Formats: sequence, C-alpha cells, structure tokens
Amino acid sequence: MRIEYVYPEFEVVRNEARCIQCRVCERQCANEVHSFDPDTGLMLSDESKCVNCQRCVALCPTRALKIVKSDCALRENANWPQGLIKEIYKQANSGGVLLSSMGNPNPLPVYWDKILINASQVTNPSIDPLREPMETRVFLGKKPAKVERDEGDGLKCTLAPQLTLAMPVMFSAMSYGSISYNAHESLARAADALGIYYNTGEGGLHEDFYRYGQNTIVQVASGRFGVHKDYLAAGAAIEIKMGQGAKPGIGGHLPGAKIVGDISRTRMISEGTDAISPAPHHDIYSIEDLRQLVYSLKEATEYKKPIIVKVAAVHNIAAIAGGIARSGADIIAIDGFRGGTGAAPTRIRDNVGIPIEPALAAVDQRLREEGIRNQTSLVVGGSIRSAADVVKAIALGADACYIATAALLALGCHLCRSCHTGKCNWGIATQRPDLVKRLNPDIGSERLIRLMTAWKHEIMELMGGMGINSIESLRGNRLMLRGVNLNEKELEILGISHAGE
Amino acid sequence: MQRYVVIGNGVAAVGCIEGLRSVDGATPITVVSAEKHPVYCRPLISYYLEGKTDRDKMQYRPGDFYQKMGCEVLYGVSAVRIDPLAKTVALNNGDSLSYSALCVATGSSPFLPPIAGLDSVRQKCTFMTLDDALALEKAVNPASQVLIVGAGLIGLKCAEGLLARVGSITVCDLADRVLSSILDNDCAAVVQKHLEDHRIRFMLSDSVERFEGDKAYMKSGATVDFDVLVAAVGVRANAALAKDAGIAVNRGILVNNQMQTSVSDVYAAGDCAEGEDVSCGEKRVLAIMPNAYMQGRCAGINMAGGSEAFNKGMPMNSIGFFGLHVMTAGTYYSPEAGGDVYEETAAGMRKKLFSRGGFLTGFVFVGKTERVGIYTSLIRERIPLNTINYELLKKAVSLAPFSDDYRRERLGGVV
Amino acid sequence: MKRIFVNEKWCLGCRLCEYYCAFANSGEINMVKALKDKPIYPRLRVEDDGGVTYAVSCRHCTDPLCVRSCIAAALSVDAGVVTIDRDRCVSCYTCILVCPYGALAHDDAGVVRKCELCLNNAIGQPACVAGCPNRAIVYEER
Ligand SMILES: Cc1cc2nc3c(=O)[nH]c(=O)nc-3n(C[C@H](O)[C@H](O)[C@H](O)COP(=O)(O)OP(=O)(O)OC[C@H]3O[C@@H](n4cnc5c(N)ncnc54)[C@H](O)[C@@H]3O)c2cc1C
Ligand code: SF4
Ligand code: SF4
Repeated sequence: MRIEYVYPEFEVVRNEARCIQCRVCERQCANEVHSFDPDTGLMLSDESKCVNCQRCVALCPTRALKIVKSDCALRENANWPQGLIKEIYKQANSGGVLLSSMGNPNPLPVYWDKILINASQVTNPSIDPLREPMETRVFLGKKPAKVERDEGDGLKCTLAPQLTLAMPVMFSAMSYGSISYNAHESLARAADALGIYYNTGEGGLHEDFYRYGQNTIVQVASGRFGVHKDYLAAGAAIEIKMGQGAKPGIGGHLPGAKIVGDISRTRMISEGTDAISPAPHHDIYSIEDLRQLVYSLKEATEYKKPIIVKVAAVHNIAAIAGGIARSGADIIAIDGFRGGTGAAPTRIRDNVGIPIEPALAAVDQRLREEGIRNQTSLVVGGSIRSAADVVKAIALGADACYIATAALLALGCHLCRSCHTGKCNWGIATQRPDLVKRLNPDIGSERLIRLMTAWKHEIMELMGGMGINSIESLRGNRLMLRGVNLNEKELEILGISHAGE
Repeated sequence: MQRYVVIGNGVAAVGCIEGLRSVDGATPITVVSAEKHPVYCRPLISYYLEGKTDRDKMQYRPGDFYQKMGCEVLYGVSAVRIDPLAKTVALNNGDSLSYSALCVATGSSPFLPPIAGLDSVRQKCTFMTLDDALALEKAVNPASQVLIVGAGLIGLKCAEGLLARVGSITVCDLADRVLSSILDNDCAAVVQKHLEDHRIRFMLSDSVERFEGDKAYMKSGATVDFDVLVAAVGVRANAALAKDAGIAVNRGILVNNQMQTSVSDVYAAGDCAEGEDVSCGEKRVLAIMPNAYMQGRCAGINMAGGSEAFNKGMPMNSIGFFGLHVMTAGTYYSPEAGGDVYEETAAGMRKKLFSRGGFLTGFVFVGKTERVGIYTSLIRERIPLNTINYELLKKAVSLAPFSDDYRRERLGGVV
Repeated sequence: MKRIFVNEKWCLGCRLCEYYCAFANSGEINMVKALKDKPIYPRLRVEDDGGVTYAVSCRHCTDPLCVRSCIAAALSVDAGVVTIDRDRCVSCYTCILVCPYGALAHDDAGVVRKCELCLNNAIGQPACVAGCPNRAIVYEER
C-alpha cells in the first residue's frame, strides 16, 4: 500500500501554548481534520484531509493555528515539479480524470500585470473625483449606428433594450447548485443595492429570488435546466452560455447527490439524477442556429430584454465574436482561461483556452474593423481581480466586466480550490445545510457592497488621473495603456504601445 | 383621608409598596412594623449565622428605600384590630390609622409545640426573625450541644447555619424522614446522608415527650442532653387579625387573584395569605419569598387602582445544605391520583417529574439542579406537554423540546 | 433598551460565543491566560439539539422572575439590565429555580453568574455578539 502514499500538501501547526481546547476548529472543519483527544486533553490533527481553506485559522479565538505548506519535499526538477509528480501518483492510484476547481493556478502570463495606465500631467489636467462629478454608469446593449430622424424631422429615440449598470462590473454566472442559496441571496441583494446585475448561471432561479429579477441575468445553457417562461420573464437579460473559460469545449456535471430539494425543483429535474450539461447545445451547430435561439428568446420575452451570448476565449475568438454579433446578440460575454469554476477536469482547466486580454483586444479590434462594434456590447471576465483590471479592460475595449472569484473571495472564499468536494467550509460552494448557514447573506451582501463601492472609488480615481470623467470615454481608449515586458507581437495584438513610446 | 396602610414589614410589604408606587406616586403609605428593623432578607438568617452574609448585606432594600417611596414606618408597633366598616386599624400604642386601602402582610409565626417542661429549658428559641438569629448567635459557643426540633426547611437551614459555631447538633422529627413536606423517603435519604456526613445527628420518627431542664426525654425512650433548643416545627399564617375582623380565613387569609380578601379594600399577601396554587388549582398558603413579593406587588397595584392578577404562584423551594442542592415545586400526584412519575436515580442525584392530565404539576431534583427553571416554567405557564417534546425534556433540560415558534419568540423578542 | 437577540437560523454551534463570554468576564487581558487549562463559566450557553443550535443567555425580562425571587436582593434591574451583586449572592439558587430560560448558572465557587450584557466588565458591550462569526447573536433595540 505504501506506494500509494502521497504526503499531505499542508501541515496544521497548532501552538499548544495558545490552544485552549475550545474545539471550535473541530466543529468548523467539514473535512474533519481536527479532533479532541479526551485522554491527553489535546487537539489532534489529520492533515491528510486538510484543504487549507483557513476556516479554522480564521475562527480560532487565540490564534493558535496556522496552516503551512508542508516542506516534505519530493526530489523535483524543472521538468518534473512536485505538483506533476503527485498528479501522476494520484492518477496511478485512481485511474481517473483529475478534478479541480476555481481558476487556473499555473504561472501563465497575466497581461493585466504587464499593462500600465496613463495619468495626466500639466496638459489635459486630472480631475479630482471627490470634487467633480464622475460618471461610472454604462449601458449594455445594441447602440444605433447613426443618428436617425423620422419624417417630422424629430430624432428617432427608440433604442434596443439596454442594461443600465451603476458601475461597469457585474457578478458572473454561478449556478444555484454549484453555489449555495445563501451565496445567491448575497449576490442578488448586493446587485440590487449596487444597481448592477448578478447572473443565475445554468441552474435556474430559486423562486425566492424572483423579486431581485430587475437585477438578475438569467442563463440558458446546454442543459436548459430550470428554463421556463416565468424564468425568462423574471430576468432583466438572458444569457446563452456557449462556453466557460475554465473548461472550454466541455459540458458540466452536477452529481445526483447534489440534486436535492430546492435544487432539483429549481433545475426542474428529479431528485438524485445527475445534471449533465452537454458540451454543445444540441440545437446549435452554426451561427444560424445560434441566431434562432437568440431570436426565440427575444420572441419569448417580447423583444424587451437584451440577449447575451457567453463564450470562452479560444483561438478564433475574434471570428467567433463577429459571428455572434451578427446572430443578433445584444451583448457578447467572453470568459478568459483563468476564469473560475465549481468543478473542471484539471487538464482542461490548465491547458485549454487563451487569456482574456488578447481575446478582448482582438474581438474589439475585429468588430470595429467590421463596423459592427456598436451592434453589441462586450463584457469580459475570467480573472478580473481589481479595479485596475477593470479600468484596463475597459481601455482595451470592454463595456463592462464580469467578476466571480473576486465576489466569492468577498463572501469568504479562501481559494482552497475544493469546491468540487461539496464541503465548502465557508458555506459558498456547498449544499450541506449546516455548511450553507455559515454564510449569512446579511453579512455576505454587505461585504459585496463594500467591495464594489471600494472598486468604484478606485475606478473614479484612476479615471480622474487620466482626466476622464465618464467611463464611456475610456472605452477602447488604448492610448491610455502602455505595455511592459511584452514582445512586439503581444503589443500588436493588444493594440497598445510599449512604455516609453 | 387617602392613605394606604400596610401591616407587616416583610418582603410582601415591600412588594406591596413597590406595586403601589408603580401606579400612585403621591398617596401616603404607612407601614406598621412589629419588628424594629427595616425590611431584611428573612431567609438569610441562617446564612448570617454561617458567616455567608452580614447584617449590612441582609438589608432587602437600600437605606433610603422608605423615604424614596414616601412611606412612614412605625417600628415596634403592632396592629391589634382592623375595623373594615370604619376603615381603621387600631395599633398597640393606642393610635388608630384610617386607610383607604389596606394590605395585610403579617407573614407567619413559628408554631411552638406544647411539650411538657418546655418552661424549664434554659436557652430556647425559634428561628424566624433576625432577632432570633442574633439571640442564637449569643447563646451558642463552640462547645454547645444544640437540639433542633423539626427537620423541615427551617430546622435544617438552622442546623447548617449553626454547625461551624457549635459542638454538636441533633435534629429530631416526628416524621420518618427529613424535609417530609417536600421529599419522599428516597430523596430524603440522600439529603439525610449528606447532612449526617456533615456531623448532624438525626432522631427521626421520634419526638420529645418532655423536657427536664436541658434534657429531652424522647418518645422512643432515648434522652438528649443539650444546652440550646431550637423549635422549628412549623409556621402558621398570622391570620388572626383578619379573622377577628370578619375576613374569610382558612389556613391563611383567603384571597383572589387580585389579592383581595372577602372584605372590600382589604388585601392580603405573603405568608399570611392563601392564594391560588397553579400546580393544582386549589388555594394554599404559599409561604415562600417569591410568592410573598409577587403577591405583595399585585396587591399594591390593585390597591392603587391598577389592574394586576397573580395566578402563577405555587409551592417551590430551592434549598442547599453544604453544597447539596434540592429543588422542588408544585404538586406531586401519585399514580393512584392519576399522576405519572418520571424518575432518574444516580449516586447523590435524584430527579422526579410529576405530570397529570397532560401537564407537568411538580418535580423534585436532588443534587443536579442546572436550569431547573425551564421545568418550573412548564408548571407556571401550564404549557400542555403535547405541545413540546416532553420525552426529550424529561431526559435533558434545554429549550430544544419547545416548539420552534416558542423558542424563536423567546430568544428573538422582548419578553 | 438594547438587548441580545438570537437568530438560530444563523447559529453555527461553534460555541465561540461561550469562550468570548468567559474571556470577557475573566478580568484578564489575554484569552490564553484567562482560559487555558481551566474550566470555563460562560454566561450564555449554546444548545444543540442535533440539528438546530442557538445561544441562550439572560433575556433581561421586563418582569424578571429572578429579581422578584432572589432571597438576598442580589439581583436587581439597573436601567433595564438584570444585574447581580455577587457579593450578596448566598448560592440558594432560587433564581435558577425560577428562570424559564435556564439562563443563570453558578461558577465553581457556587456563586451565581449571569449575562450583564458585558456592561459591567472591561469590554463594555456584549462580547458574544462581537465574537459571533455569523451574526447569530445581535445586540439591538427591538
Ligand atoms: C429561616 C428561614 C428560611 C427561609 N428560607 C427561604 C428560602 O430559602 N426561600 C424562600 O422562598 N423562602 C424562605 N423562607 C420563607 C420566607 O422568608 C417567607 O416566605 C417570606 O419572608 C414571607 O414574607 P412576608 O412578607 O409574607 O412575611 P414576613 O417576612 O414574615 O413579614 C411579616 C412581618 O409582619 C410583622 N407582623 C406580623 N403581625 C403584625 C402585626 N399585627 N402588626 C405589625 N406587624 C406584624 C412580622 O413581625 C413580620 O416582620 C424562609 C423563612 C425562614 C424563617
Ligand atoms: S458564536 Fe455565534 S454562531 Fe457560534 S455558537 Fe455562538 S451564536 Fe452560534
Ligand atoms: S443564588 Fe444568589 S442571585 Fe440567585 S436567588 Fe439566590 S442569592 Fe439571589
């Protein structure tokens, strides 16, 4: 059996001089790492089960705990890093596909960190957002190509349906099932309070949350779970999910064990059956097919709601986006390969797709060249980590950003990347009632609101520095960006100059 | 003239005064106090002897209490007659007080058994008042042999209080067990054993036939030498004053749930009154401090024109001896009387829950008394047992067996 | 008056409140020093019926039975807060006999302790509320 042994990744370090044996760690760890030994009166730990979610660390009242990376080292080399060696062991043990969750953890380039933002000096003075009005509102949807007049010489004012965002950030799709009821409630309430939108993901919309419909984007994915007339009517916009950045080209699978109670009802599938989202939509094999679905949904909602088409950033993204724009979609959402997920095969997550930054630049560029940029808005996601990332994305050509991981972090997620186990100790990616209740939506929504408010302030400061007082005038303004550590080709694709140029 | 008169100056009187003042801040109050002390915590007299409290801490209310309440207190004065027609109270100093409303809060008096030769005993006392305690304190010395007649609550508390100050203590009682009014043989044995472990000697099922000086001759033929005698065979409600005035009296002064007696504008409260016992629905003298206060307060509010009912009284006791605690409450119905008993027994611990007709009516806890108030509330509020998980509550005390609504309302609201 | 309210929906049964309470009333400024290797005597307790958990502490009743019943006048109401003068308490436990919530208990010295909303200790506001990770106990006007 020894050959199967893989040394635990983390070590629980308990400061015995501080531990008061309150056993909070024991009660709070769903992985059952901690236990109390009545014979010695000491707390014991089984680190093999530890996922380093930091729940015990955060709750330990005497700061007696820390979790460290175990330094029991395999003899690694540049070609065979420890992680890969262990994966081989695991697969030799299990014979299965490796599963993981959250975004790609590998050190692939993060272009945001190689792009710098401009600021005004002397000419075109900067604006102080504390004194001057600053507009962060954006409207997502088709814009008219030119000003048109009716017979009486009046302006034609009828616009295609738009989403109005108080700031250019939305919470991206996370399904009810992959995340908990309380996580959804937190997102819904925060979106409502902030004047932005959250996204149901592919699991349908719990009846309790219909009242936040004004701030909800309802998703239609390949499994069509929970899609019905009222559901479509409830949302402010409808998103067709063609792909997801963390796992382009493959579908989803929520095990039957998780399809219980409200989840089964909301998804409209019977309890205990696996919820399998096929890799493709079985009715979409061409742009024409996509167009049919777009217009079916428009028809079903009386052309009152913008339709979003979400795709993963892949190699031909610019051409794909062009097709989507022509399919009649009002908004294109592009998800980069660092995007999060509740569960994905590790190899797919870490190796398929492309980063969001070049994808965005390429799509914006292509749509402009084709003269159809006004026909759709562009929303990008897949590891937008800060207000600076948002500003850079907008300057690269996005109308708004989707955030998921950042929102989950605000809700308490510690990126332990074990969502797929269903034992999220922070009450987010779990359906176990005792764990779900750990996320009080009063607290969750407040934290999301605070995070977004902070980002909004930062966005306004960055805008003010550039002498820009409306986010709309930053969109696609790549002159505001400069690259560092980027080669000619990268700069060319991103459409920006190198620092110093 | 408008005036409230309160006869007695115990806890019931304080309840009455505070009740009066919660409604009426102005009308003068006169308190007739046979004892020469401001109100004190009567049950603390044994703790006083034990050294667990002192005279200062025994004060039931701060020094300025009567003044703040606008009360005149006549210390050392007794009421001798009530004239309900003229609405006056005659005092033993010759004065007469007229009242607009009267509260009789005369408490109870120890009952002295008519034993032959009692007069020949040199040092004897009862155990009821602060003066009794002060007298006992003087009477005893480390060599004293104390004989306590009566193994009830007062006798045993007295024994506990005295133990460290004296050479020996013997307690005798006619009954075959200690605390016979509240404990059965099984529970009493636990308490007796514990007291015996603390050097208290018992002579049960036995009584004094006659005294000859400091020697007691028992029915059983035994003799006991002693030098201090404490008589603690029971108390009687001080109801004569009311009875003489034509007020309905049974064992105590009969009152309704507003604490009104059979005569208008005359109320009664505390040990002297006989009010409703919620655990059995009958009237009983409930000679315990919580009832004294609450009855007094109820009387006061109604005397001043307010509206208040007290219908949640019941006999209950929380009593401890040398660290062993006993809690009892309510009425114990035997199976013959249609009752149902749940029992748990362990070393030094007893638990008995009595129920009848779908309600908890009484209980006894010996040794383990955590959170017993949760059971008391079932009796007090007459919570139907089929609305809670009684099976669970029987075994372990918590709020979990109550309905979710009840619990959420109590823990999430103002109660 | 502000009171402590409990929302069992959010209680995790972690029992941190008990430890913060014991610490707050220990008089120590370091939790380890206050609680390590000692039995703790919190003034609230977390009940667990196997599914639902909730913290129970003094409700500071508007008509407090314990205050009315205390044989030593050790319990009193101070601006709505039911407080105890531990010097006066003689450990008769009448209060424990009458409290419908089981909110009073005694420490190893036998003296009764109860929640005083931390108004009489160095913390100055309920430590259980501050320490609850999920807002299952709140301190507010209702
Ligand atoms: C030793 C001892 C221990 C006890 N322990 C407990 C206990 O642990 N728990 C508990 O709940 N209860 C206990 N009790 C009982 C409790 O003390 C009484 O129930 C309570 O004091 C009754 O209060 P009261 O105001 O009705 O009567 P009292 O306190 O008896 O007050 C009545 C007052 O009226 C005065 N008085 C009587 N007649 C007249 C008159 N004609 N004119 C003027 N004044 C008059 C009396 O002198 C007395 O001062 C104990 C009692 C004793 C003696
Ligand atoms: S600290 Fe909060 S969540 Fe934890 S047991 Fe106490 S009330 Fe419940
Ligand atoms: S135990 Fe202490 S606080 Fe409670 S009633 Fe007795 S004396 Fe009062």
